[in-house]
Amino acid sequence: MRTQLPLFPQAASLNAHHVDLLTYVWLIVSGFFSLLIAGLILFYMVRYRRRSPGQVGVEQAAPLWLEIAWSAIPLAINLAMFGWGAKVYFDLYRPPANAVEYFAIGRQWMWKFQHPEGNREINQLHVPVGQAVKMTMTSEDVIHSFYVPAFRLKQDVLPGRYTTVWFRPDRPGTYHLFCAEYCGTEHSLMIGSVVVMEPTDYEAWLSGSRPGVSTVDSGAQLFQSLACVTCHAPAPGMPARAPRLEGLFGRAVKLADGRTVTADDNYIRESILSPAAKVTAGWEPIMPTFQGQVTEEQLVQLVAYVKSLAAPAGEAAGTGGAAGPAGARAATSPPATPRPR
Amino acid sequence: MDTANTPAVEPMPELELPRTNYLNAAYGPRSWLFTRDHKRIAILYLASVTAFFALGGFFALLIRLELLTPEGDLVGPDTYNKLFTMHGIVMVFFFLIPSIPAVLGNFLVPLMIGAKDLAFPKLNLASWYVYNLGAIFTLWSIIHGGVDTGWTFYTPFSTTYSNSYVVSAALGIFIAGFSSIMTGLNFIVTIHRLRAPGLTWFRLPLFLWSMYATSLIMVLGTPVIAITLLLVAAERVLHLGIFDPALGGDPVLYQHLFWFYSHPAVYIMILPAMGVTSELVAAFSRRAVVGYRVVAFASVAIAVLGFLVWGHHMFVAGESVYAATIFSVLSMLVAIPSAVKVFNWTATLYGGAISLETPMLYALGFIGLFTIGGLTGVMVATLGFDVHVHDTYFVVAHFHYIMVGGAIMGYMGGLHYWWPKISGRLYPVFLSRLAALLIFVGFNLTFFPQFILGYLGMPRRYWSYPPEFQVLNVLSTAGASVLGLGYLLPAAYFIWSMRYGKLSPANPWGAVGLEWDTDSPPPTHNFDVTPIVTRGPYDYGQQPALAPQEAPVG
Repeated sequence: MRTQLPLFPQAASLNAHHVDLLTYVWLIVSGFFSLLIAGLILFYMVRYRRRSPGQVGVEQAAPLWLEIAWSAIPLAINLAMFGWGAKVYFDLYRPPANAVEYFAIGRQWMWKFQHPEGNREINQLHVPVGQAVKMTMTSEDVIHSFYVPAFRLKQDVLPGRYTTVWFRPDRPGTYHLFCAEYCGTEHSLMIGSVVVMEPTDYEAWLSGSRPGVSTVDSGAQLFQSLACVTCHAPAPGMPARAPRLEGLFGRAVKLADGRTVTADDNYIRESILSPAAKVTAGWEPIMPTFQGQVTEEQLVQLVAYVKSLAAPAGEAAGTGGAAGPAGARAATSPPATPRPR
Repeated sequence: MDTANTPAVEPMPELELPRTNYLNAAYGPRSWLFTRDHKRIAILYLASVTAFFALGGFFALLIRLELLTPEGDLVGPDTYNKLFTMHGIVMVFFFLIPSIPAVLGNFLVPLMIGAKDLAFPKLNLASWYVYNLGAIFTLWSIIHGGVDTGWTFYTPFSTTYSNSYVVSAALGIFIAGFSSIMTGLNFIVTIHRLRAPGLTWFRLPLFLWSMYATSLIMVLGTPVIAITLLLVAAERVLHLGIFDPALGGDPVLYQHLFWFYSHPAVYIMILPAMGVTSELVAAFSRRAVVGYRVVAFASVAIAVLGFLVWGHHMFVAGESVYAATIFSVLSMLVAIPSAVKVFNWTATLYGGAISLETPMLYALGFIGLFTIGGLTGVMVATLGFDVHVHDTYFVVAHFHYIMVGGAIMGYMGGLHYWWPKISGRLYPVFLSRLAALLIFVGFNLTFFPQFILGYLGMPRRYWSYPPEFQVLNVLSTAGASVLGLGYLLPAAYFIWSMRYGKLSPANPWGAVGLEWDTDSPPPTHNFDVTPIVTRGPYDYGQQPALAPQEAPVG
């Protein structure tokens, strides 16, 4: 039998320190009130024990100030802790601008990861220390949950849509990765590790593992091979049959039914799988569905590619842009989103 | 509350020969199976829920044994998944929800308001049959191989991916839900219409306030879980796209619907236990509960606010951060009435004449454990903290502090307090105190280590786990064996006492309350003369030395 008895988990990210501080304060507050109640019960139990069988208690209402105090003080504490907890939580969903996007796809019962450089891993995720990492995640089947205790971080991974969360690891090491949402037979075996490495080690690891085509470039290839390009980026002179996608990501899109939506990951995903759901104003709903024709990995690549397309103004300058033969670019070319190091 | 005089309240054993009471009024299976007497129906429910408590406990035992070692070695993963699923379904839907309302509530609501029976005696009997019909569906699922979805039936796993008996188990819960609605409806009408002359709303014992609040949740909440489970069955059988994104549905919609009932369901479990605690603290301190109206309205406030906090189960499920913020702040608010109750109970001890009889041990245990369960509840309602501990053993520990440390402590306390009234017999003092102690110690040893496990990051519903979690799991399993022993003892001595226990006087505790003014056990029609109430509850100041058995209060 194992005899280790850890009482507090390792902390290896910025968020972990924020959560731990919140926990310490909660423990002090909870400990105080638990001991107060337990102490009072024990004291009164002895002090006011029944001394004769016929004895009855003394009636005494609590003074109004006491009734108000024991309602208002817990309320004030709760609201303060609520505000603090909300701050920590909001930070988890606001990745810094320089965060690098990694993709995770959950399925019964494994984790598949895709680095921006195109490297793929199963049940293991290597990341450089100090780098803000944004996870964009989806599931191929049931709901899973991406949980790294050392980062004090958890996010459910849903089929049919993307969820995101970010972290900034600050201590090299190997940490547990768990699936935290019950997902069937081998739920408890859907585990792995997150390996946080020094940047130089990470670079070595990246080039050591089989180099692939970057996620964005894979998406560009798909954009050609699935013929998206014929409508969304027709050759000069051909009639445009669909809106161009340059600069689309993050923009407000006016729909044919009058609504306006923000073009985020989920919007792009839905537009590929169910084009008729949200038709852009001014265009005919002629796009066919790609439901069943693309895998989750390919979807992730397509979405990454669409997101990488810069606004039309910058198009002329670079090789980017939908019409360019992006697939011909070298696999080692930098991804369209500059990667700060 | 008058403190003018404090006459001696002498618990004098009254050893009259037993008169005709509800137990000896008729004999034979028919006299039980077709009874319309709320007290006999309470006994029927007691038998049913005890059987399910034993079954759920058996599943818990196997779960704890499996978790003794990090490797999954005692049972296979599918069996383990079925064990925790069935443990949850049986304990929540077939034990905890009906336990206090259908057993103690059924027995006591008419007695406490001076009525002959509930407003709808036939509906009451029907509710027991409906409960058992639901139970049969669920047992059928268990015998044919079980369900592996978790008691939460999350989609699309339950609707598309599970290969187990989801529909029959869901139907069992669907059917049993109607018994809940019937009971709730019956209590609401009874408390409105059948109170004895002079028994105003603010003279009701606090147990009735909590029963009333619980009934509101039962009537308003249960239909939602019924519809939700029907939708699960519809998607599973007819492949209608409701929750599975592959069919065009939304899996998070399911979670909203499920928790809209299942969070208030927690209050169905805990409010009755709070009501019991109010009664016990008053009776064994021999004084009125401090802040009677505050405690009464707190029950109603909890019932209402309880419907507005379901989203705190979904902070990491992909709901919007703004929705999460609102659910977090509302969850902070719902904690306040609970906190106020704890303070009022503690204040009631001040200046009391405290006797540590067995029921009081449970009541004090309830206050302590509920405090820890409540405080950790506020912790998990804190957004940033929940992201880490959500779906870990921290949450498992938290809700067991509420459901076992709270609800079952309350149920056991109530059973020990009213058992002399129910059976007409006393149970062994030493053994019963020993059992209370075993339960308290065993409970804490089982569940306290799980708080630490959860913070360390052990996810719930894990059949195997990393080896560094073993020591805490061994402690937990050791505690569970003590806890199990603690529950077996009362089962043994209650059964023993029915035949061999000393006869109980009408009022063995020297407590006030209409139920103590009639015989133990009460006659079939509860009171020979309809009582007339002229005082508030818990009026120990003017209580004559043990109200005579015949005389109504007044």
